[in-house]
Amino acid sequence: MIEKVRERVRDLLSSGEVKGFLGLSNKYGNTGPHLFCDAEDLDGLVIGDWKGPGDARYTLNKQLIHIVRKYPDDVFGVLVRGCDDRGLKVLYTWNQLNPEKVIPVGIACSQDLADACECRKPYPDDFVAGEKVEGRASDSVARLDALDVAGRFEAWLKEFSKCIKCYGCRDVCPMCFCKECTLEDDRLVNNGVIPPEIPVFHLTRAVHMVGRCIDCGLCNEVCPADIPLRTLYKKVADIVDEEFQYRPGQELYAKSPLNILMQPSSTG
Amino acid sequence: MDYRTVLTTCTYCGCGCNFYLEVLDGQVIDTIPCKTHPVNEGKLCIKGWNVHEFIQSPKRLKRPLIRRDGVLTEATWDEALDYTVSGLKAIKDAHGSDSIAFLTSAKVTNEENYLLQKFARAAVGTNSVDHCARL
Repeated sequence: MIEKVRERVRDLLSSGEVKGFLGLSNKYGNTGPHLFCDAEDLDGLVIGDWKGPGDARYTLNKQLIHIVRKYPDDVFGVLVRGCDDRGLKVLYTWNQLNPEKVIPVGIACSQDLADACECRKPYPDDFVAGEKVEGRASDSVARLDALDVAGRFEAWLKEFSKCIKCYGCRDVCPMCFCKECTLEDDRLVNNGVIPPEIPVFHLTRAVHMVGRCIDCGLCNEVCPADIPLRTLYKKVADIVDEEFQYRPGQELYAKSPLNILMQPSSTG
Repeated sequence: MDYRTVLTTCTYCGCGCNFYLEVLDGQVIDTIPCKTHPVNEGKLCIKGWNVHEFIQSPKRLKRPLIRRDGVLTEATWDEALDYTVSGLKAIKDAHGSDSIAFLTSAKVTNEENYLLQKFARAAVGTNSVDHCARL
């Protein structure tokens, strides 16, 4: 699998199609993000399987935004899985990245990873390595949906009460590109005070994931309190899909529900 | 263009969380927790997440300062060390070893903390050693 990725990246770099390729590298005994600029120096390139499938995934799209903000005229390659590919579509739509300046190199996730992520589409539109496996619905959402409203609310309050307000979910999120963040707005959040207001803090973020969250699950992985944030945002995405037939990253340049809500009403 | 992700250890406390500092053209721009490091497994606290912000702060102390006539003024390391040694000696002679206490740091290495307590006990003669993480 990695050989096919390496081959594609080597072609992109040696032909000069890209100035650099943002991928993952094994260095200093760990796996982390790395910008490859030399076609002859791709030995360290990996796809982020450390001890298990996809357990060393990073927010490469977020790092790509950092680079292109300073180098908007250059073309960069980036390693993408299904979720990153959805992320690119939303970031193109929101003008955070330019599709003419990004060349994704796709990999399809294994069935194990797709199951663990409860991923609906565990492969990008185009990929150079891996095989297309079945997507699946979320059991974790279904389990909570099976509870009555009081039970569900209690379950979430219990989870939120573990929060240490590290903002890691916001900081890691590849879709959180706003310069001003609602989670730092004094009118909604007690800045500099712990614990966070429960459930306002978490639900504020959940509402902001509407039309944004592409279900990469990195917030869940980064949470030091193991709050099942991914399940929360999956549920939010389900509601929006039911109400507005919209799922972020499914379609390029699809208008988000917020856009629909802002249309002037016919009753004036 | 020079873009690097540099693996390093958090200096905020003694846990030893590892992260990558994202460095673009010599400027540290972001912190990325290391997913594969056994200490933090991709997680960080709020201080760790913002560690890139203090590195280039213009408020960072880069040279020793000595208060002269009530005003903090820049000094060389030799001057600062001479001043400290003569001050500690004068206090110890006048009031005894236990009139001096040492406050060390969670932001330095284990070995540096060892050296400081050794200095406190062997050179100055006091067991009064504490650290900034006891907050």
